[in-house]
Amino acid sequence: MDALFEYRQALIDGILITLALAFFSLLIAVGLGLLGALAKLSERPAARACADGYTTVVRGVPDLVLMLLVFFGGQQLLNSLGGVTGWWDYIEVNQFIAGVFTIGVIFGAYMTESFRGAILAIPRGQIEAGLAYGMTSFQVFYRIIAPQMVRYALPSFTNNWLVQLKTTALVSVIGLHDVVYNAFVAGRTTRQLFTFMFAVLVIYLVLTAISDVFLRWLGRYYSKDMRSATR
Amino acid sequence: MNGSFLSSLRTLIETYAPLDVIVIIENFDRFLYGVLVTLELTFLSLALGAMLAIPLAIILASDHRIGKFLVASYTYLFRGTPLLIQTYLIYFGLGQFAWVRESLLWDPILSQAWWCALIAFTLNTTAYTTELFCGAIKATPKGEKEAAIACGFSAAGRMRHIILPAALRRALPAYSNEVIFMLHGSVIASTITLQDILGVGRWLNGRYYLAYEGFITAAVLYMILVFFITRVFRYSEQRWLAHLQPRSTREIGAGDKGGMPPTLHVR
Repeated sequence: MDALFEYRQALIDGILITLALAFFSLLIAVGLGLLGALAKLSERPAARACADGYTTVVRGVPDLVLMLLVFFGGQQLLNSLGGVTGWWDYIEVNQFIAGVFTIGVIFGAYMTESFRGAILAIPRGQIEAGLAYGMTSFQVFYRIIAPQMVRYALPSFTNNWLVQLKTTALVSVIGLHDVVYNAFVAGRTTRQLFTFMFAVLVIYLVLTAISDVFLRWLGRYYSKDMRSATR
Repeated sequence: MNGSFLSSLRTLIETYAPLDVIVIIENFDRFLYGVLVTLELTFLSLALGAMLAIPLAIILASDHRIGKFLVASYTYLFRGTPLLIQTYLIYFGLGQFAWVRESLLWDPILSQAWWCALIAFTLNTTAYTTELFCGAIKATPKGEKEAAIACGFSAAGRMRHIILPAALRRALPAYSNEVIFMLHGSVIASTITLQDILGVGRWLNGRYYLAYEGFITAAVLYMILVFFITRVFRYSEQRWLAHLQPRSTREIGAGDKGGMPPTLHVR
């Protein structure tokens, strides 16, 4: 326990990195999820094919493989691109950006599926009614689809977020100084790896518990008018 | 002539192919061995996990207060934390304690990366599978239970002959997701020095100083495995869940010509 107290700063720094990583990758995931869901529901076959390809590939390949590919391969790709076009000299992909990008892209695919399901759950007549009133498709999305989509998508969104939060632990493998990495280094130095790994376990447990409580509250908030449907 | 064709093919690939295909082909036996390690870890832990999960799920679905609390805490702990940390805790963490290092289990099991991965994966998948099976057991229609009681089944007989067979079938579609998650989760093995598919990919990239080849080969191999696993599950769903499939209108029409109007079963 003394060792934990001694290394508290490293742990706190790590937690902040982990949270920042989770937050920024969530932004990317939600953005990609919206785009993907709209593409999957669009009338253009090309858009549907792109979105299908995206979700199939991402859901077929393990997260760590993609992360290593983006971190090592992405660096090489950017530099050979820079070499061919002469737009930039040498770029070093930093672990944080690689992590945010990869986790965002992976969970964008899962969000695509949950948003698609949520949009499909909205009665078709409401969208038709909106169009009949002369709304543009953007207005229909903004006024009719989006508010209800939040309600329908929230349960699977919660699930995705909890998985995503746990996935952030993987960035320690590419060397980002997140909570896992810092705890591992501290544990190795003090020869108390169990203590430090257990501390990380508890930290993750607390983070998932907090998000669970918050998202449940959000779920109640967004389904105020459907009292019977909430638990 | 054959040799010159191969060598010209090799020059062609070396000059124009974006990936160093030759290196992948030369080390493909290692990748196949990696596939074996991945499949071994995945399916052993899934099998052990399913066996452990059945009794735990029965406890979780029962009215036993203390048992329920213990099982629920276990699943909460293992579902709320990353598999990477669980694996590190077992592989790196247990060595902190002298009594573990001196115990009989240390040399043959707990100091070996393979066993540590198997233990961590099994504990993890057991937690998820327990929740899944518990949900399926709870979803048993009340009438089935009452009918079994009326027929004079004991509590154990009810579980064994009525509830479990139906519940496990109902859990099959969700369980296929768990299998794929476990396959994806097994990449964690490569972080504790094991040569699974990703382990071989990382080794290849390190050895030949490459950026894509090992990872792309690993990604393709994993996708192939996922493809086959989904196929197998689709087939077994057709076989064991046939009674839940929506009947096609044609089938209904062929069955009762001119009789009752065909009803559409929508799930």
